[in-house]
Amino acid sequence: MRRTDLEPVLEARGISKRFPGVLALDGVSLALRPGEVHALVGENGAGKSTLIKVFTGVYQPDGGELRHQGQPAAFGTPMDAQRAGISTIYQEVNLVPMMSVARNLLLGREPRGRFGVIDAAAMNGEAERVLAGYGVDTDVRRPLRSLGVGAQQMVALARAVSIDARVVIMDEPTSSLEPREVETLFGVIRRLRDQGIAVMYVSHRLDELYQVCDQVTVLRDGRVAHTGALAGVERLRLISLMLGRDLSEVRSQGTTRFSRDRAGTGTGTGTGTDGGQGRRSPVIEARGLTRRHVLDGVDVSVRPGEVVGLGGLLGAGRTETAKAIVGALPLDGGQVLVAGAPVRTGSTTAAIRAGVSLLPEDRKAEGIIPTLSVRENIALAALPSLGRGGVVSDAKIDRVVEIFMRRLRIKAASPHQLVSELSGGNQQKVLLARWLAVRPKVLLLDEPTRGIDVGAKAEVQALIDELALEGLGVLLISSDLEELVEGADRILVLRDGAVAGELSGDDVTEERIMATIAEQADG
Amino acid sequence: MNREQVSRVLQQHGAVMVLGVLVIVGSLAFDSFATTGNAASVVVSSSFLAIIAIGMTFVIISGGIDLSVGSLFVLGGVLGAYGSQYGLVVALLLPLAVCGLVGLLQGLVIARTGMAPFIVTLAGLLGVRGLMLAISDEGATTYLVEDRAFAALGQGNVLGLTYPVYITIALSLAAMVLLQRTGFGQNVYAIGGNEQAAALMGVPVVRTKVYVYLMSGLLAGLAGALNAARLSSGVTILGIGMELDVIAAVVIGGTLLTGGAGGITGTVAGVLLLGVIQSLINQVGNLTSAFQQVVSGLFLALVVVAQRLLSKAQRLT
Repeated sequence: MRRTDLEPVLEARGISKRFPGVLALDGVSLALRPGEVHALVGENGAGKSTLIKVFTGVYQPDGGELRHQGQPAAFGTPMDAQRAGISTIYQEVNLVPMMSVARNLLLGREPRGRFGVIDAAAMNGEAERVLAGYGVDTDVRRPLRSLGVGAQQMVALARAVSIDARVVIMDEPTSSLEPREVETLFGVIRRLRDQGIAVMYVSHRLDELYQVCDQVTVLRDGRVAHTGALAGVERLRLISLMLGRDLSEVRSQGTTRFSRDRAGTGTGTGTGTDGGQGRRSPVIEARGLTRRHVLDGVDVSVRPGEVVGLGGLLGAGRTETAKAIVGALPLDGGQVLVAGAPVRTGSTTAAIRAGVSLLPEDRKAEGIIPTLSVRENIALAALPSLGRGGVVSDAKIDRVVEIFMRRLRIKAASPHQLVSELSGGNQQKVLLARWLAVRPKVLLLDEPTRGIDVGAKAEVQALIDELALEGLGVLLISSDLEELVEGADRILVLRDGAVAGELSGDDVTEERIMATIAEQADG
Repeated sequence: MNREQVSRVLQQHGAVMVLGVLVIVGSLAFDSFATTGNAASVVVSSSFLAIIAIGMTFVIISGGIDLSVGSLFVLGGVLGAYGSQYGLVVALLLPLAVCGLVGLLQGLVIARTGMAPFIVTLAGLLGVRGLMLAISDEGATTYLVEDRAFAALGQGNVLGLTYPVYITIALSLAAMVLLQRTGFGQNVYAIGGNEQAAALMGVPVVRTKVYVYLMSGLLAGLAGALNAARLSSGVTILGIGMELDVIAAVVIGGTLLTGGAGGITGTVAGVLLLGVIQSLINQVGNLTSAFQQVVSGLFLALVVVAQRLLSKAQRLT
């Protein structure tokens, strides 16, 4: 239970942080008290990681005050924060994989023998003793990388705590842990809490939050949407707070440009996707996509002319499903069939050749090539089909580029303008053009409207509609519930890497999606 | 032992094992190979390479590279011979001071600006070579060693081995302790293994890197000075391109060029391996020493492929 009488060990008061063009944190206040486990939740871009980085000295706040044990504090570097007793455990283990377990655990604090030389026997003994308390039973002389990710995470945790931590911040610590390891972690967290250490716990797995946290702060768009005891907040309400969709508001008319006509829900103008599509065989069918810790037997199928939405919280496996289908994620099991014919998994070349294209989530890192022109970016994927004997025909490229620039209404000074000079929305259209130029049968769109302005968003949405009308199968991933509901014929809701439910017809509503996400995973 | 452990042992001690096999094969095949005279000559001629390779081992484990050591070796020799006219102390301190300073500057530039070690030390290689040519009048002036005590340092011997061999052994032992048993050594491994994580774990990244390049420069200068003492003159041509032999020896010794793993034992074995290969080729008689380079090159390629496979095996199992 919260001990409000205790002075916060770490407190943010009205913290603001601005990046060029975005206010990442807008007057965020949050108090961490000794002996509490405080959940920090929010969707992508809500400001969670910015806040963590302010707490740990990676970023300096632009406004507001950071207080440490009742005193105003400024952490210039991560080292300053560590010295003040604030330890962070990152999602990815930040240790040295090639060094031994013991050396990783005790680096900088090795027991010394004569002449200040490290006493290896004492070091290994101490490491074994410390790690036993974290359920890690291993030969501590082995290199860290020979351990499982879970055990590595435990070593990182043990290291963080043993540096006299008063605050431990955990950023998605369970994303790569086995259930048994999660239990051990929770045991450690409870022990820390009982020792009076404040724990900040960031996770997208709601089940976990309710198991181990007693306080919760919800961030949305850089502001605190809610803060208080977790016990009083029901699951569905937590989700609606995170997604910023008021339950009563959901029924109001949407503002997207989608005009899908779903049998039964006549929200649109009727564009002719008739019930007949139900009888057409799927253009793409993925069966039992499985990868340890990431995907757990996901089945997806899309028929020609159909838009299938993939919903779920961040980290539920949406992007991974798309990547798995297009061969960009190695799989432990599963099968992908395009038009009934199996496609080799784990090969993007095979998937693209079979007619599957992915518009990736991270436009900058995985999509556009900023140093090339609009023309070159569009033609890139289609080059093999635009020439003869490996020699590319300029005339053919010009024709294709011209067609798509006109059709997608790409606003550029000329085809030779650098793609990096275009607006986000136009860059997205260039990418869309790139994949349409290879004449795909299936288009996987991962957050196609993220980070582009409202007008361009509507255009892209209208385009998705048109493409489906022409018979393309579309898999649409979006964190924007409205976009999913308005744009998709059918929605698969993912949770923890598995399909938690499928919604179609009248069930395609924001409420139903949230309810499906919220359902307790059995077992 | 499972596959992973076997791979690890091979990675760390493969050079020693191959060295043992080569010595045995050589002894059986050639009568003149397994003589004390031949063994001593291999060890003596390897000692200078070994001293530089010790410094290079630290540099490469920290994730860097030092191309300037060949030039520093030559410069150290010229300065040592030049300084010997003022006595033993100057003959030793002058090369150490100048080469140490070059190493320090390179370290500061690399650690502070984040410039690639390859480029910074390539600049060092060229600059130092120019400096050496300047003080030796484009190589026309060869300074002769004037000081008896200094010459004795390079030429005197105990039990058939010259002093530089004992100096090398002492330096190797000290380097092993430094690398394995001190905080500095741990920091070197941590930076090479994952620099970002090391910084987050509180390792003084900049300071450690500066020390590593300083050490490499000092050792290259020392090796050059000792070599000048051995030859009684500061030769201006020997040692050009030596940095590549040094890097080859370190890599053959099992130190990963990508940093984070390796050790002094392997490096010493790597240096001796290069020496033994040369000696064996000399035994064959009608093969020129140029052929030795072909064999060394092939051997290095083999080692790199083997290392790649070994580190893959360690990561996968």
